[in-house]
Amino acid sequence: MERRAYYKNPMLPWLLLAPQLLLVLVFFYWPTSQALYWAFTLEQPWGGGNSWVWFDNFISIFRDREYWGTVLRSGLYAMVTTGLSMAIALTLAAFVDRSLKGTKFFQSIFVWPYAIAAPAAGVAFRFIFAPESGLIGSINQVWPGIWDPATNGWHALAMVIVCHAWLGIGYNFIFFLAALQMIPRSISEAGAMDGARPFRRMLDLQLPLIAPTAFFLLIMNIISSFTDSFGLIDTMTEGGPIGQTEVMVYKIYFDGFKGLDYSGAAAQSIILMLLVIGLTFVQFKWVERRVHYN
Amino acid sequence: MSQISIKGVKKSYLKTPVIHGVDVEIEAGEFVVILGPSGCGKSTLLRMIAGLEDITAGEIAIGGKVVNQLEPRERGCAMVFQNYALYPHMTVRQNIGYSLKVAKVPRVERDARVMKVAQSVSLETFLDRRPGELSGGQRQRVAMARAMVREPKVFLFDEPFSNLDAKLRVAMRAEVRRLHRDLGVTSVFVTHDQTEAMTLADKLIIMNAGNVEQIGKPTEVYNNPASRFVADFIGSPAMNLFEGEFDADGHFVHGQGGKMNVSQLNGVRQPGKKVVLGVRPESVRRTHAETHGAIAAVVDYVEELGASRLIHADANGSRIVALDTDTAEIKSGTRVHLSLEADALHLFSVENGRRIAH
Repeated sequence: MERRAYYKNPMLPWLLLAPQLLLVLVFFYWPTSQALYWAFTLEQPWGGGNSWVWFDNFISIFRDREYWGTVLRSGLYAMVTTGLSMAIALTLAAFVDRSLKGTKFFQSIFVWPYAIAAPAAGVAFRFIFAPESGLIGSINQVWPGIWDPATNGWHALAMVIVCHAWLGIGYNFIFFLAALQMIPRSISEAGAMDGARPFRRMLDLQLPLIAPTAFFLLIMNIISSFTDSFGLIDTMTEGGPIGQTEVMVYKIYFDGFKGLDYSGAAAQSIILMLLVIGLTFVQFKWVERRVHYN
Repeated sequence: MSQISIKGVKKSYLKTPVIHGVDVEIEAGEFVVILGPSGCGKSTLLRMIAGLEDITAGEIAIGGKVVNQLEPRERGCAMVFQNYALYPHMTVRQNIGYSLKVAKVPRVERDARVMKVAQSVSLETFLDRRPGELSGGQRQRVAMARAMVREPKVFLFDEPFSNLDAKLRVAMRAEVRRLHRDLGVTSVFVTHDQTEAMTLADKLIIMNAGNVEQIGKPTEVYNNPASRFVADFIGSPAMNLFEGEFDADGHFVHGQGGKMNVSQLNGVRQPGKKVVLGVRPESVRRTHAETHGAIAAVVDYVEELGASRLIHADANGSRIVALDTDTAEIKSGTRVHLSLEADALHLFSVENGRRIAH
């Protein structure tokens, strides 16, 4: 049977939808259309209208070696952040799922980082990683100069990555724990009767059964590392030292608002958008086709 | 020496006791069925033998070795779970062979052993399927094959047939019986289905509310129930139980003043003491009014069973059920006379429900 609500007044549903539609239009479709327009046009040097340039903006980006460096850095950032965050979250979830002592307590503790806004976490981690006074910086007193994110690009990148991974642990943890708890206890017990120790059961029985969740998280984490990294980088390194922590999303901001190259930045943001749309599409396709064990 | 020895085993969850002290000896090669209503602790007891639950107090020994502190893999038991608990992402072959793989049995030997047990439960053509592609009965057989392949010292079955339909259940019962005869492995089987229990068991353990009510052969338990609970629980239709007392003349007074002449209980009757008198429906016969000691009753309704019928009647305020094989038709509302077979009477204490010997 079809279950639908009917409205006598045909305007009413539109009125009810209006606030949400307005928000989406003003804050999503309008900026996106502007970005599209800018991406295909070039502003004249002294103002006075845009001229249509087709794909010139994209071509000049793709010819820019510095841009490809940013892309590679973004890829590395995505891989390491996602891997680190998911591995730690899975380990924690596996322990919580074994319902050891204090499980309930840790269950809530592990989720907390997710509730912290990225810039706030960025500031906190800047203190923790500060070479002259921070927690991690204290190793400089043992080996002077071994840790210096202010001048060493790799150190700076590692610092941002660790912070980003830490922020994502809570989110990943919830999903992993939920997935692990969906597996019937008896499957693990059957494994125990078959002689497999806990770690073996994790590898052979639990991991394959939570693969769909792991894939979902993989995509979500990659998307997050592409887009959410902005707040962190802006508070922690501002892309520096010398652009060594500049990822795609930060370069858009830097080229557009600092470099005032709206057209180039708009083209970059279209590329990033397509990338995220592509990943989302893969995710949906896969969820539809996902194997249901029963 | 018994194969499984359970001594004073107790189980509590936090502070709530669920098993109050169980003592059972299981001989090698025996097929033991633990029977009881849901929540009586039968599955918990089985899981304690398996090593999936901690033992709060007492001792369990398998093959003469105390296993309280041993992990499941060190106890030499294999278990068949209620919901099969097959590994959904593995093929039937991988499911059956998993324990061998964990034990690092070489591939060739593993495949041979998997094939052998698969043949013994007629699964050899399904080896490359996943559990999701099998019917309930086939999944059940995979679960049994998975238990058999390890050649364990003890088989544990946790209500393995409760998800199967009635016909399949009968077939699986026969299969389990046949496998037990062929392999001769000590088996502990938990169920709440009394037909299953009666047909499978060498030895029956009846549990209720965390206590063992009776241990014995199925016929023993049926013919000489040790308590009112066992009398009521075993047998379908259930045993007739009347609460009442003996009067000075030796009659059993029940309901609203109904009297039964039960001279065969002369030895144990204590006038004025409240007792429970039990008699199975098949030991209640329809007779003529003149028969000595017949009880007058009014038929309430009749359940037709084909070859026989169940007469539900009211005898002076007490309900009585008789299994009637007389061909003469009988209608509700008619008066009948029922006699109780002399040697089929059971007497139980009102206070503790235990059997009063006579």
